[in-house]
Amino acid sequence: MTNALTGSSKRHKIRHLKDKAARIGMGLGGISVIIAITLIFFYLLYVVIPMFKSAEVAAIASYELPGKAQIQTLHLSLEEQNQVASRITTDGEVIFFNAANGNIVNQFKLATPHQAQLTAFALDSLASHIFALGFGNGKVVIAKSVYDVRYNEHGREIIPRVDYPYGDNSISLIEDSGIAQLAIKINDEQTTLAFLSTDDRLFLAHQQEEESFLDESDHSSPVAFVTQEIADLENVKQLIIDDEQRLLYALHNNSEISLFDISDKDEIEAGERISLTDAGVEVTSIRLLTGGISLLIADDSGEISQWFPVKKDGDITLEKIRHFKNTGQGIELMPEQRRKGFLSVNQQGELTIYHATAHRELVSQKISDNALLHLAVSPRADHIIAQSSDNKISFVKIQNEHPEISWSVLWDKIWYESYDEPSYTWQSSSASNDFEPKYSLMPLAFGTLKAAFYAMLFAIPLAILGAIYTAYFMAPKMRAYVKPTIEIMEALPTVILGFLAGLWLAPLMEEHLAAMFTLILLLPLSAFVAAGLWQLVPASIRLRVPDGWQAALLIPYLIFFTWFGFAISGFVEAWFFAGNMKLWVSTELGLDFDQRNAMVVGIAMGVAVIPTIFSIAEDAIFSVPKHLTFGSLALGATPWQTLVRVVILTASPGIFSAIMIGFGRAVGETMIVLMATGNTPVMDLSIFQGMRTLSANIAVEMPESEVNSTHYRILFLAALVLFFFTFMFNTLAEIVRQRLRNKYSSL
Amino acid sequence: MTPKWIKNGDAWIWLNAAAVSISIIIVVGLLGLIAVRGLSHFWPASVMQADYVFPGNPLSRIIGEVVDNELVSIDNIRSSGIQIETQEPVLERLLLKTGNRDILGTDFRWLIAINLKNIHYPENIIALERREWGNFYGYIKSVKQHGQIIAEGEKAWPMLQQRLTRALDLAKQIKQVEKNEIGDINYEMEDLRLAERRLQLDQEDNESNLAPLHQARKQLDADYKQLQQRLNLLYQQINQDSLVATVADGTEVEIALAKIVRAYQPNALSLLARIGLYFEKLAEFIFDEPREANTEGGIFPAIFGTVMMVLIMSVLVTPFGVIAAVYLREYAKQGFLTRTIRIAVNNLAGVPSIVYGVFGLGFFVYFLGGNIDQLFYSEALPAPTFGTPGILWSSLTLAILTVPVVIVATEEGLSRIPKAIREGSLALGATKAETLWRTVLPMATPAMMTGMILAVARAAGEVAPLMLVGVVKLAPSLPLDDNFPFLHLDRKFMHLGFHIYDVGFQSPNVEAARPLVFATALLLVLVIIILNLAAIYIRNRLRERYRGLEQ
Repeated sequence: MTNALTGSSKRHKIRHLKDKAARIGMGLGGISVIIAITLIFFYLLYVVIPMFKSAEVAAIASYELPGKAQIQTLHLSLEEQNQVASRITTDGEVIFFNAANGNIVNQFKLATPHQAQLTAFALDSLASHIFALGFGNGKVVIAKSVYDVRYNEHGREIIPRVDYPYGDNSISLIEDSGIAQLAIKINDEQTTLAFLSTDDRLFLAHQQEEESFLDESDHSSPVAFVTQEIADLENVKQLIIDDEQRLLYALHNNSEISLFDISDKDEIEAGERISLTDAGVEVTSIRLLTGGISLLIADDSGEISQWFPVKKDGDITLEKIRHFKNTGQGIELMPEQRRKGFLSVNQQGELTIYHATAHRELVSQKISDNALLHLAVSPRADHIIAQSSDNKISFVKIQNEHPEISWSVLWDKIWYESYDEPSYTWQSSSASNDFEPKYSLMPLAFGTLKAAFYAMLFAIPLAILGAIYTAYFMAPKMRAYVKPTIEIMEALPTVILGFLAGLWLAPLMEEHLAAMFTLILLLPLSAFVAAGLWQLVPASIRLRVPDGWQAALLIPYLIFFTWFGFAISGFVEAWFFAGNMKLWVSTELGLDFDQRNAMVVGIAMGVAVIPTIFSIAEDAIFSVPKHLTFGSLALGATPWQTLVRVVILTASPGIFSAIMIGFGRAVGETMIVLMATGNTPVMDLSIFQGMRTLSANIAVEMPESEVNSTHYRILFLAALVLFFFTFMFNTLAEIVRQRLRNKYSSL
Repeated sequence: MTPKWIKNGDAWIWLNAAAVSISIIIVVGLLGLIAVRGLSHFWPASVMQADYVFPGNPLSRIIGEVVDNELVSIDNIRSSGIQIETQEPVLERLLLKTGNRDILGTDFRWLIAINLKNIHYPENIIALERREWGNFYGYIKSVKQHGQIIAEGEKAWPMLQQRLTRALDLAKQIKQVEKNEIGDINYEMEDLRLAERRLQLDQEDNESNLAPLHQARKQLDADYKQLQQRLNLLYQQINQDSLVATVADGTEVEIALAKIVRAYQPNALSLLARIGLYFEKLAEFIFDEPREANTEGGIFPAIFGTVMMVLIMSVLVTPFGVIAAVYLREYAKQGFLTRTIRIAVNNLAGVPSIVYGVFGLGFFVYFLGGNIDQLFYSEALPAPTFGTPGILWSSLTLAILTVPVVIVATEEGLSRIPKAIREGSLALGATKAETLWRTVLPMATPAMMTGMILAVARAAGEVAPLMLVGVVKLAPSLPLDDNFPFLHLDRKFMHLGFHIYDVGFQSPNVEAARPLVFATALLLVLVIIILNLAAIYIRNRLRERYRGLEQ
């Protein structure tokens, strides 16, 4: 007896343990599943957020200026790995030093012409490390800092040296004068030098690469430059040639700039002369932004502005695009090498990081107590060195992954380089570093809404009217077949609808455009005609058909009218559209016609959302309490009056939520728009044009975007926008629906 | 006076009825369109021969199969620069599949029907389905062996069939050797390479550890050489025969039998033979691999990939969905929070699928997969194993996408079970877990089934997220094979839905591929409709079952 009892209590215990285990297991499992599916939202957010973080600046080291401190610095630079920095001085030395501690690695005296004074310095581009020195006797030397990388047992070792791509003999540009100012640009096809002689004459020296350039040894012999005088200019402070070697800028009188069109070297045209600043304000620094199109100009008043040439009425003028105010005094600018960002240092010892396109100041931090004079940014823009007025070098680490993004970049009109006016543009990728990425989500959001709009235009009338009829008028027997038939459409893969739209409907519609428009008018009209015709049918037949079978009768009737619509479309085309509607659209209306246009998408996506809207709206109308309708009918209202004044009114929140859910589905649909439009991100409401939607854009660009790049994160942002949008719509619809359900149950 | 039928709103009712009718016409019409176009593709149509008279051009002979026709107004034809003398306002235009892409450059040609003269269907036209360049239409002249004619004229056709059977058999053997046997060796070689790399990484690459690997490699090399020899022999045998045929304009061409998949005389076929051929082609479509950049042949790998992916997904999604639903319905305190979670879960089903794809790519592929590679597959790096889209990640992504469906369906099922049953069980002394396990869950199985089937139906049709997390246009090998560990979750796979997108929109020869896309679409639609009907059927049965209990 006691044994049995203990046995049963043992079993009892085990059962309780099991129960507890099940409770805990279910709890943990259930909660973790729910967390797992909400994880999607947090993960998207986690990827997106770094884009909106500001930059971080941290000084790593500070040391005495390597080399002779009393000699002025002409140029500082930092190589790719941030190991070796270089300093070019006014006595013609290149000093390579360890960026982290200032120890000199190597030192070269540049090959200068005998007895000549170094009078001018010019840099080709930051990336090429090529620079030119101009001398008092009219000669120039073109040199290049080279960083050889070697791997040994200690790992990577960088060995810097100086090379002379045009030979170490100097090139004589002018005999009777010295060189006061110099600019140089080199690319694969040509080399252009602009210089100002000591007697204020502006020259252009130009050299076109010959085919024979295949032979590397050509380098060693001095190359022949064709020199020509182009203007007399006084007080020139700086010369700049753009990367394409089409424009020459001369800054003079400290605040004015003159343009020269040098694209045709045989016919140089002097362009306009522009005042860059307000009267009395002097320019302190002027640089080309990466890509060589924009000029960055800093002035005494503490303003930094971006200018680039814009075509206006056929003329090229320099236009001020955007500016940053209150940036400090005595600014020195330095562009980044691979993005449209730039940095500045000023007399207060502050380092500031900007992004031009995003019009964004990312961070501003004091890194020295003394004025900062020179600045070098590493190619990856993750480190800088800066020289201060007390002859110290600061080595600073920068964390600045995504400067290109700001609210205005995503949603505002932006004036991009080489564009004639600000625009909403999506153009995310290009092969070159110089490319200015255009990340406006506007055209995509517009395309999304446009596609959804046309889809709803097609779907709402069909789905709602159909739902009304099915729920309220249709014979129950027929309803039992009709509802599942339409609902099965919801399960139809959208890839099939997209494929039909792109490969079957689009060509069909292009061919029979007039027929499509005829049908839109003809079919509703024919329904009215049917109502009239039905009255003419002899009562003996009419009364034999029970109520609520009109839809079945209409099927063959409407098929006939569809055929009829196609049959008369030829005449319609001949009467109204001069024989060819497609031609008429482009000539008379002036609209472009894409084969895969908004109309195709509207119909295909409309078909996709009809079942969703239909099903929810039908449920809402069907579950309107019967005593309401009976009461109305008993008071003498016709069925139609009852429907309009009682049923639809009561069910309207349900219909509304059906439309919302349908809209949410249309917004997020991917395959149909991917296949049925041309996927061009244009902002045009025209029904005959395509679009690119957020979702299609993700599908197209995601596979080729680099992980954790800005582009990748923007696509995540697009996904997050879609998520928010549909989640919001669905929640709203769900709440409305729940309220309605409560209302019905209380009625 | 307005007629009564307008005043009392009857006209509006008819308009509403028309909306339903149009919806039904669209649904049925689309399904019908897919069915007709998809199924007619396999029908061996007759091949016609005609003389094409085009004003200003010499008369040319044309052989081909009519695949489409349309009516075009004479204005449109004239405006495209074609001069035609006719009084008809509308002309018929035929799309002819002329085949012989290697000779003509294209497979298809639009022709104006009235310019075709002397149309007839000669019985001795042959149609060849080839491994490359699409179909061939023409007349057989002779069959050659090693360049020597062995049969000519009347005897050529029977000889061709005899030789073709042999060639097809050899082709099968070649495929067996190339794909399976050499494939296995390559797989083992790769395993050895990884094992060696593993040893190097662990710094245990000493002689004693490496010796067995080298031994095994030597063995494999020897096996490979042997197979290579066998393969060479097979190639010699298969390449010995060829046939000479004339095309429409009389040019003679020689075609190696190794390149031919099927040969028949389309106009000489009896109805029964035609039906036989139809089903043969249908079977090829379902059970064979694609040819010619997916535009010909079968779609077996796509079917297999879809099924495999959906299976893995349902194994993942069902238990988790059910647990979440049971927790929400049976264990969680019913209050504001539970209600909010319920709405949120419900709404997650409405979040665009591409969003799940983005999440899957970022979280599963790059984050989880990248870390798994670092931890367990470092020997294969930098080539990623799991850090790249694959079938596992696709299944997981779709599992997350469909888990709300399972939760909602299961919850509905649980809520339908009358309270009395639970209370009865508890009153008899059963614990909550026992009540659940013994009474509630068994009664809710049909609901879970419904949820699972709906999830499968949704997953089978989703394409957008898969484009990011694992689907490819042509997978070199199936995710299931005879190499250990048999199921390769890291492999990429083919999918019916993506196949439709890819062949329909990315293929170089859309015109030729279109019928195949319709057939693929039909298959996908059928699968999904059947799954949905099953779900509806089970749900209805479930309702019937509890209606009895509730009373």
